[in-house]
Amino acid sequence: MAKNESGKADIVPANNAEATGTGVVAPDAFANPGLPPHRPRVTDLDPKAAKRAERTVYVLFYLSIAASVFAVYAYMFFPIEPENVHSVRMNTLYLGLGIAFSLLAIGIAAVHWGKALMADKEAVDHRHPVRGTEETRARAVEIFRESDEESGFSRRTLIRNGLIGALIAFPLPAIALFRGLAPMDVDPNNELKHTFWKKGMRLTRDPQGTPIKASELTIGSAFQVIPEGLVDLPEHEMLDAKAKAAVLLVRLKKEDLNWTSKERESWSYEGIVAYSKICTHVGCPVALYEQQTHHLLCPCHQSQFDISNECAVIFGPAARPLPQLPITVDAEGYLVATSDFTEPVGPSFWERAN
Amino acid sequence: MSNVTAPAQSGVVGKFSNYLDERTSISGAVKEFGRKVFPDHWSFLLGEVALYSFVIILLTGSFLTFFFQASMTPVHYEGSYVPLKGIEMSAAMASTLDISFDIRGGLLMRQIHHWAALLFVASIGLHMLRVFFTGAFRKPRELNWSIGFVLFVLAMAEGFTGYSLPDDLLSGNGLRIIDGMVLGLPVVGTWITFLLFGGEFPGSDIVGRLYSLHILLLPAFVLIFIVLHLMFVIIHKHTQYPGPGKTEENVVGFPILPVYAAKAGGFFFLVFGVVALIGATVTINPIWNYGPYDPSPVSAGTQPDWYIGFADGALRLVPPHLETYWFGYTWSWNIIIPVLLLVVFLAAAFAYPFVEAWVTGDKREHHLLDRPRNAPVRTAIGAAGVTFYAVLWAAASSDIIATHFKVTMEGVINTLQIMLIVAPIVAFMTAKRIALALQKKDREILLHGFETGRVVRLPGGEYTEVHQQLDAYDRWQLVSYNDNAPIMLRPNPQGKITGGMRMRASMSRFFFEDRIAPVSQEEYKQALEHAHH
Repeated sequence: MAKNESGKADIVPANNAEATGTGVVAPDAFANPGLPPHRPRVTDLDPKAAKRAERTVYVLFYLSIAASVFAVYAYMFFPIEPENVHSVRMNTLYLGLGIAFSLLAIGIAAVHWGKALMADKEAVDHRHPVRGTEETRARAVEIFRESDEESGFSRRTLIRNGLIGALIAFPLPAIALFRGLAPMDVDPNNELKHTFWKKGMRLTRDPQGTPIKASELTIGSAFQVIPEGLVDLPEHEMLDAKAKAAVLLVRLKKEDLNWTSKERESWSYEGIVAYSKICTHVGCPVALYEQQTHHLLCPCHQSQFDISNECAVIFGPAARPLPQLPITVDAEGYLVATSDFTEPVGPSFWERAN
Repeated sequence: MSNVTAPAQSGVVGKFSNYLDERTSISGAVKEFGRKVFPDHWSFLLGEVALYSFVIILLTGSFLTFFFQASMTPVHYEGSYVPLKGIEMSAAMASTLDISFDIRGGLLMRQIHHWAALLFVASIGLHMLRVFFTGAFRKPRELNWSIGFVLFVLAMAEGFTGYSLPDDLLSGNGLRIIDGMVLGLPVVGTWITFLLFGGEFPGSDIVGRLYSLHILLLPAFVLIFIVLHLMFVIIHKHTQYPGPGKTEENVVGFPILPVYAAKAGGFFFLVFGVVALIGATVTINPIWNYGPYDPSPVSAGTQPDWYIGFADGALRLVPPHLETYWFGYTWSWNIIIPVLLLVVFLAAAFAYPFVEAWVTGDKREHHLLDRPRNAPVRTAIGAAGVTFYAVLWAAASSDIIATHFKVTMEGVINTLQIMLIVAPIVAFMTAKRIALALQKKDREILLHGFETGRVVRLPGGEYTEVHQQLDAYDRWQLVSYNDNAPIMLRPNPQGKITGGMRMRASMSRFFFEDRIAPVSQEEYKQALEHAHH
C-alpha cells in the first residue's frame, strides 16, 4: 500500500543510516502530542468515594489479621489424627483457606490503596543512553592501558602464557573427581547386556515369586513374570535386576504365532511365549496387552508390538522388537528359561551391537 | 562540614534512620531508587508473577526440606496412610507420605510448592512471549533475553528434579524415560547414565543427587540469574508501550514509592494468596495413589508435569524403526532426532534477538515497545513457534486425546506428525495476514475517521454516514510505530557483494517486503481534503 502510493520517497535511508539499519525515519511523521490531560478518578472528585475506599482498605487489613489468626486456630483445632484421611483433608483445607485469605486480603487492600487513594499523577523520568559517556569510556580504556603497562601483562609474554595455561589446567582435577559418580569396577557395557535370567530358572509371578505351571495358562491369558529368586534379593539389587528382567508371559493359539525360524519357534512352549517387558524405545514397561489383536502397547510413548510376529514394532517410536526369553518346561511342568535373553533388553545404547 | 545537617532526626524513626545511614549510606539508595518511575501495563505483571512464584517456592521448599529424606534406603512404611502400611519403599517416598499424612500443614505446603512450581514455569513462558511479541528484546536488552532464557531452562530443570524426588511410581517412570533417552545418545550416552545413576538404573543414588541439584545448585543459579536479570532492568529502565507523551528518551509511569511499593508489593500477596487457595483446595501429584517405584508396573495415561510435555511429545512423534548400525555402533535416531529438534528449537528462541538485530542492522536503542501488528513477520514467526510447541505439547497427551475423544491413537499420532510440519506454516501465514490487516484497518481509521453510526441525509437526498476524525492522542497511538523497509543490495566499499550481504538482503526482504508504512502528515492532509470535497 504505502510502498506503491508514496513510491520510494519515504524509504530513502535516514540521515543516520549507519545507526538505523533498515529502520525508516520519515521526515514527514506526525509530532508527539505529549501526555494527555490528567483525568481525575472518582476518589479524587467525590470525598464519599474516597472515604469508602479508605474504609475498604483498612477493613481488608483487619480481615487479614483475622484470617491469620484463623489459620493458627485451624492448625490447632483441625489436627491430623492417625489413620484418618478425612482429618488430613480438613487440616489442609482450613489451614490453607486461612493462609490464603490472609494473603489475599493484604494483596487486595494494598493494590486498592495504590490504585484508588495514592496520588495517580504520572511521573516522567529521563532515560540516558546505556553506553557510558565518551569521557568514561576513554578513562576505562586508559585504566586498562595503565594497568597493562604497570603489570607488564602483554610485555612479559612468558608470565602471561603461564598464567593462562595454569588457569586452564587447574579445574582438570575437579573433572576427574566426577568419575567417582559411577562405580569404578563396573563396565556399563557388560551390565547392560546381561540380566538375572539363567538357564533352568523358573518363571515366577510378579510380585509374589511363585512358580507358574504351563497348564495354568489358558489361551489368551497373560502373566507378569519375574525370575525365580529375584524377590529374595536385597531391595536395591532387586529393583536393578527387575528393571531388566521383567517379562510378560502370554499364551496364544499355536497357529496364531508366526516364526522366522525353527529355532525361534523352539523358544516357545505350546503357544506360550515370554517377551521382555522393557520397551526398546526408552525403557517403560510395555504393560498393556490387547487380547483380541495380540498387540502389546507401551503406555508411555505408544509403541506397539505384535506378539504374533515375534513382537515386531507395528507402530510408535520404538525401533526394535521386544527381545524374547527362550522358555520350556521342567520335569514338574513348571515354566523355565532355557537361557538368558540372547540380546540386550531395554533401550538402545551406543555399544549395544559390539 | 558537619556530619549532622539533616533536619528531621528527632524521634525514634529519625534516630534509627540516622544510625543506619551513617553506617550504610542508605539515603543514597533511597534517593536513587525511591522515586524511580515504572510504566504500568498488565502484561508487565507476568515477569512479576514468575519472581513471586519463585519466592513462594523458596519459602514452601525450605519447610519441606526439614522433613524430607533424600534417601533411597528401603524402609517399611509405618505412617498413617493405611493402604500402604507395611509396604517396602524408599525413605524418600516414606518421608513424602509422612509430610502428606502425618505433619500438620505438610500436604498444604507440598501442594503450594508444586502449584507454585507449575506457575513459575508458566509465567516465565508467558513473560517470554510478551517480550518476544512486543520486541522488548531489541537493543539494549538482547543479553537480558539470554539471561531470561537461561532462567526458563533452569526452571524446567528445577521442576523435573523436584518432580523426581518422591521416588513414587510416576516419577520413577519419568526417570526411566530420561535414562532411556540419555542411553540413546551417541558415544557418551551409556557413560552419562552410569555417572548420573551411580551405575545401572535405578540404583540407589539418584534421589540424593537430584536433591543436591534441586535445593542447592539449581536454586543458586536461578538466584544469580534473577539478580542479573533485575540488575539489567534497573540499568536499562523498563520498556513502555507507545502512546502520547512517551518517547525513546523518557519513561512515563508511577514512582516506586509509594505507588509501586503498594501495587507490586500487594501483587506478591495476591499471587501467594491465589496459589495458597489452589494448594488448599486442589490435589496435585497424589503419590499415595501411585505407590512406590517398581520397574514393572506403569499406569496408563501417564503424563509428565506440563512443561516437560513438549519434550515427551517429541519422543512420541518419531516414526517406527529409526535406528541404524554404523561402524559397529548403534545410532538411535528415534532419540537423536527429537533431542536435536528440541535443541534446535530452544537455540532458535535463544538466538532470535541477535538474528533480528543482524537483519535490521538497527543500532538504535529501543525502549518503546512494538504493538505485535506493527511487526508482522516477527509476530508470524512467534505464532509459528508457539504452534510448533503446542503440537509437541499435544503429542504428549496423544493417548489421553485418543481415549477422551474416542479416536484411534494411530490417527492422533499421524495427524500430529503432519501438523508438526504444516501447522507452523499455516500459523505463520495466518498471523502475518492478520497483522497486516490490522495495520490496514489502523490506516483506514486514521485517514477516514471512525464510523459514528450517525446517518445524515444530504440536501440532494443522498444518505451518508458521518465519519469522525480521531483526536491527536488517539491518532498518535496509530501513527507512532517503528517502521522498517527492506535494504537494497549495494556493493561494499571494496566494490563487492558478499554472500553474507546477499543473505542479509533476502532476509530483510522476507521480514519487511509486505510493509505498511505509518501515515505521514502529507497523506493525512490529502485524505482530509478529499473527505471535504
